[in-house]
Amino acid sequence: MIELTYARASDVDDAVRRAADGEGRYLGGGTNLVDLMRETVETPSALVDVTGLSREIAPTASGGLMIGAAARNTAVAEHEAVRSRYPMLARAIVAGASAQIRNMATVGGNLLQRTRCTYFYDNDGSRCNKRVPGAGCDAIEGFNRIHAILGTSPACVATHPSDMCVALAALDAVVHVRSVSGERTVALCDLHRLPEDRPDIETVLEPGELITAVELPAPNPAERSTYRKVRDRSSYAFALVSVAAALELDSDAIVGARLALGGVAPKPWRARRAEEALRGQPAVEATFLNAAEAELADARPLPGNAFKVELARRTIAAVLGQLTEEVRS
Amino acid sequence: MPMIINGGQAPVPTDARVSLLDFVREHLELFGTKKGCNQGACGACTVLVDGERVLSCLALAVQYEGREVTTIEGLGSGGALHPLQQAFIDDDGFQCGYCTPGQICSAVGMVEEVRRGVPSYVTDDLADTEIELSHDELRERMSGNLCRCGAYNGIVEAIADVYAEQGA
Repeated sequence: MIELTYARASDVDDAVRRAADGEGRYLGGGTNLVDLMRETVETPSALVDVTGLSREIAPTASGGLMIGAAARNTAVAEHEAVRSRYPMLARAIVAGASAQIRNMATVGGNLLQRTRCTYFYDNDGSRCNKRVPGAGCDAIEGFNRIHAILGTSPACVATHPSDMCVALAALDAVVHVRSVSGERTVALCDLHRLPEDRPDIETVLEPGELITAVELPAPNPAERSTYRKVRDRSSYAFALVSVAAALELDSDAIVGARLALGGVAPKPWRARRAEEALRGQPAVEATFLNAAEAELADARPLPGNAFKVELARRTIAAVLGQLTEEVRS
Repeated sequence: MPMIINGGQAPVPTDARVSLLDFVREHLELFGTKKGCNQGACGACTVLVDGERVLSCLALAVQYEGREVTTIEGLGSGGALHPLQQAFIDDDGFQCGYCTPGQICSAVGMVEEVRRGVPSYVTDDLADTEIELSHDELRERMSGNLCRCGAYNGIVEAIADVYAEQGA
């Protein structure tokens, strides 16, 4: 039997001290880690429960919002300031998981949740470079309908499963991190790394580093934003493609756009090429499709997921079209 | 500190591996809560913690020390069924009944979320906290509870009936 200890962190200092040896895992709501432990994909020897740490959602001096990492997904989605000033984030959260899971899952845990690639989960029967570096990948020549088309490597084609993170990427969120050696901040867009030849290393966090909060910059009041998710059933399913988009128009011209994609990449995918292609152009469908194509030019579809290229192209254009109409009406 | 289960006290297990679901079923022998998928996909294990619905299969019991847990056994009072339990019978809200305790606990938690104004995926106006529990809202909010018999029409009817009677 694998030995397992459990401790409830009383504060951030206590938490990072308990996990300083790199052996422990921080435990949030458990919605992903408990499942992974049951499947023996994760076999930590110590759990440090951080659900008692800050779950406060409070305005910042610069007009943004600071969200404690232990805030539950539901608490974020229902918060008045999130609903009114960051509707894209509220929409993304309620598009994910089920109500029961959103009541349990923390913001910090959502950021660090792991892929739902079935080969990653199949500890007994499948090869996976994310589980066992160098073992090989059974997804690349297997059933890869749900897998990634952007940012993949010959070692890994898994997607990052979060909806919330896609909105946070588009919102330029900043992640606050603590360890025994101090604190630092990491842009959400830089938190997750691409698989390259080490898909087992998913973030830039060092062992023992703890996410303490997620900070949202002040929203741009001239922007209109939303989140759209395309999935196999109308509720409670992971994204095939999702789009978080914010658009600012000046009469018919696009002043600026922020765009991020989910379900298509190993990390929340900030679509900066598309943003560049949108800036200063007329807000018409041809522009939207052109921007989508710019972002998807490097897509490397697999036999099972080539449909995602076209699906992403159309969804991006549809969401930008919707926002344009909303601005004008 | 013990856990409060259906009004009584129970010491949490010393083994951190024990899920809240296994604790309730195997340690406390409260067999109403069901183990369906045991991986957070079906909702059969739904219980209420401090009034909020959660999946007991993905919860470690040790994390719920001092918290108030309500299972299907704790919903009624003094031998009387909870109004939702009665409505599930009246409206044919089940066939085999396996998902039913989870459905009912989930619906109890769901109604509180609606009263609180928590938005859902189908809520049009995020600023609106006076949410009307329409057919679409109800189905979306209950989508975490699967029913393999396909008794969804009866389930939706039972919840809508009780909700309409009690008002929001």
